[in-house]
Amino acid sequence: MATQVMDVESSLRDEFPDVSFLAQKTADNIPTFWLPRARLKDVLSFLKPSYEMLFDLCGVDERTRLHKDDLPEVDFTVVYHLISFRNNCDVRLKVALNQEDLDVPTVISVYPNANWYEREAWDMFGINFVGHPSLFRILLPPTWEGHALRKDHPARATELEPFSLTEERQDKEQEALRFRPEDWGMQRKNDNTEFMFLNMGPNHPSVHGVFRIVLQLDGEVIVDAVPEIGFHHRGAEKMAERQTWHSYIPYTDRIDYLGGVMNNLPYVMAIEQMAGIKVPDRAKVIRIMMAEIFRMTSHLLFYGTYAQDVGQMSPVFYMFSDREKLFRIVEAVTGGRMHPAWFRIGGVAHDLPEGWDKLVRDFVEFMPARLDHYDKMSMNNSILKQRTQHIGIYSAEEAMDWGITGPGMRAAGVDFDMRRDRPYGGYDQFDFEVPVFHNGDCYDRCRVRVEELRQSLRIIEQCLNNMPEGPYKAEHPLTTPPPKERTMYDIETLIHHFLNVSWGPVIPAGEGSVTIEATKGANMYYLTSDGGTTSYRTRIRTPSFPHLQQIPLISRGLMIADMVAILASIDFVMADVDR
Amino acid sequence: MEELVIYLVIIATLLGAFGGAGVLVWFERRLLGFWQDRPGPNRVGPFGIGLAVADIIKLFAKDDWIPPFADRFIFTFAPTAVVMAMLMGFAVVPYSKELYVTDLNIGLLFFLGMTSLAVYSVLLGGLSSNNKYALFGGLRAAAQMVSYEVFMGLSLMGVVMLSGSFSLVDIVNTQAENVWFIISQPLGFFVFLIAGIAESHRLPFDLPEAEHEIVAGFHTEYSSMKFGMFMLGEYLGLILISSMIATIFFGGWLGPDFLPAPFWFLGKTFAFICFFILLRAGIPRPRYDQLMSFGWKVMLPLTLVNLLVTGAVVLWM
Repeated sequence: MATQVMDVESSLRDEFPDVSFLAQKTADNIPTFWLPRARLKDVLSFLKPSYEMLFDLCGVDERTRLHKDDLPEVDFTVVYHLISFRNNCDVRLKVALNQEDLDVPTVISVYPNANWYEREAWDMFGINFVGHPSLFRILLPPTWEGHALRKDHPARATELEPFSLTEERQDKEQEALRFRPEDWGMQRKNDNTEFMFLNMGPNHPSVHGVFRIVLQLDGEVIVDAVPEIGFHHRGAEKMAERQTWHSYIPYTDRIDYLGGVMNNLPYVMAIEQMAGIKVPDRAKVIRIMMAEIFRMTSHLLFYGTYAQDVGQMSPVFYMFSDREKLFRIVEAVTGGRMHPAWFRIGGVAHDLPEGWDKLVRDFVEFMPARLDHYDKMSMNNSILKQRTQHIGIYSAEEAMDWGITGPGMRAAGVDFDMRRDRPYGGYDQFDFEVPVFHNGDCYDRCRVRVEELRQSLRIIEQCLNNMPEGPYKAEHPLTTPPPKERTMYDIETLIHHFLNVSWGPVIPAGEGSVTIEATKGANMYYLTSDGGTTSYRTRIRTPSFPHLQQIPLISRGLMIADMVAILASIDFVMADVDR
Repeated sequence: MEELVIYLVIIATLLGAFGGAGVLVWFERRLLGFWQDRPGPNRVGPFGIGLAVADIIKLFAKDDWIPPFADRFIFTFAPTAVVMAMLMGFAVVPYSKELYVTDLNIGLLFFLGMTSLAVYSVLLGGLSSNNKYALFGGLRAAAQMVSYEVFMGLSLMGVVMLSGSFSLVDIVNTQAENVWFIISQPLGFFVFLIAGIAESHRLPFDLPEAEHEIVAGFHTEYSSMKFGMFMLGEYLGLILISSMIATIFFGGWLGPDFLPAPFWFLGKTFAFICFFILLRAGIPRPRYDQLMSFGWKVMLPLTLVNLLVTGAVVLWM
């Protein structure tokens, strides 16, 4: 890592001798530099050839931050996180802004997926991206007042006037939702035809939640599309600023609500990174096993609904009964089903129950035959192939440009998997393959996931056969709940225990982030601690958010039925998009 | 006396058709449940059969809402058309050598005409709803029905040539003398089967109401018994098409003597109903343009070849 910091730093300093790149130390060791906004576009354009993807862009309100020692003078920050998949490295760039002047140049021309991220940063912090073509609200309703993630914006409903929906207000809200093609630069008609604007969603059988996509149609052919999100926004990032580090874990379960404990993983790992907690082996393997079980439940649901969306009725029922088998294991182990909130800072909540190995072994033996059966039923079905092959294609370059990660990226031929290429949490100890396909169409996106189901089974089997003995939680005062055994014997442990149970752990000030290969793509938690019991800023980079942004690109010229196939093949959940 | 028998047959047909459609609502879900590893409806009455009644009560009790933006008269008329047309179609179905409502000498044409009328119901329902999804449903239905109607009719002409009559009773009698038409007209059967599914717009040909794409298609805005009429029409269509396949290609009432003739007819019809339900459980839905090109590029040539070969055989044998 150290040489890599040198590399990007020296090449930046060589290229831009006039810019003082102020380096910042972070717990995740990602090279982090502050730069003036005037040179932002130049620097990004310079980095783009080697750093293909704008992985994340977010704002931070730094005004109430206490630990500002290695920060420049700053009220608001815009953070640009770039990834190079070729060289497998990251760089984080930060632009400091004064609250009197929140203008930043837009970087859409360099990284097209910045579009939605910049809209989000404007929505949440009021940062004005100069030159952005459609700087509207994206997550909050268009009638919202203020910018929700600013520190002076209230976090609870009780801090506001009691809510009432008068008729006047209802009319205003409804009017605000009216779609005006002109706002999006669309024509209502051309020389030959008058277009139809079809409002798909937010309540439609195939949009998998509250997602709205407005289609501009010529007959049944899609001329253009405008995806609209935000209906599922619950302010997860804002909530993180008032929950303790520990009590926020259940909220993460509900980000990608099909991912269960998979969501806990990057969050607790990022905290462990900042606190310097070493997780024991047994906890690591348990975590991996549970995460892979949830990858299977999520992929099975995807598989079933994917077949259902192209009109095949039965598979979803078979796959739900398989998921039920998995949920029984989850229930036996954690006590919960879809949202167990079971990982803890420093380990997991309990040890595995007696007899867990039989449950898991039964499933591992049962499942492969079922998967072969499903291949015959769905993947080899000629109608299903006709419906999904050569539909909704993007290339590897487009996937990079639009921030597509996970199975969607591997379907387009990018051979990268966080688990293999940046092994986290103990994945380097496992044997598995990373399925890669090259067409980038709906069918391949499904094939990747079907193969991943098989690989997940392999990983689970390895966990089963090689489960290490030992503690399931680290011996560290900042784990939650903290170890209690010795509290009555020495005062030090008693104090730690008392503080951590009554206040919650105090995580040392700093910044950390962990990216994992979640069910739907790369999921990152970027945490900032100000040395308190709650996080100062929790940035949740979810995979589904950019996946939805590129829908118009791959659906132009196709038909309504193809749009349904595309939506099905992306595998998103709206909670993962809107947070 | 003879008149009395005809009245009895008419009443029995009506009761059978309505009752059959009602029971099918339950039976289809039960059968789908069986194939899909789940129980299906099993709460109301033994094996959940009370669901048929409960469903009908529910449909009648629901708010019968006509959207203010719809064309009231056509909106109300549309669902009745499909039920009327389908019931008329039953008039020419022979249950045994003597047992039928009427034996028209153009029975087959009458049946084809009645199923064609049913299209209006879907089309008008879709148009008068004044809803974009309904409009798509109506348009899809019109295109699909018009194209599949063409070779649905043509596929039966081979049978007509061989039996020398449009009367369904004559067609069955011909099969009694020779072989069943499934053996002499396999291609005709294949085309008619597929066109039949398309006519009754059931999966995989349910594009007019493809719920994953266009919500509920032409009946998006319908509620209560108006929706119920569409559903009734669909099940009547299913029974009618199945009984037609049984009559035209599988010898109708013909069968060994240990069962009375109508039972053979009913049994064969029932088998085809099950087959249609199995199709629904198994096959995905093609895209609208794929369906059309399949119709015009595969089905139509097949039908014409069938017609040509049958004509040649009839001419030279």
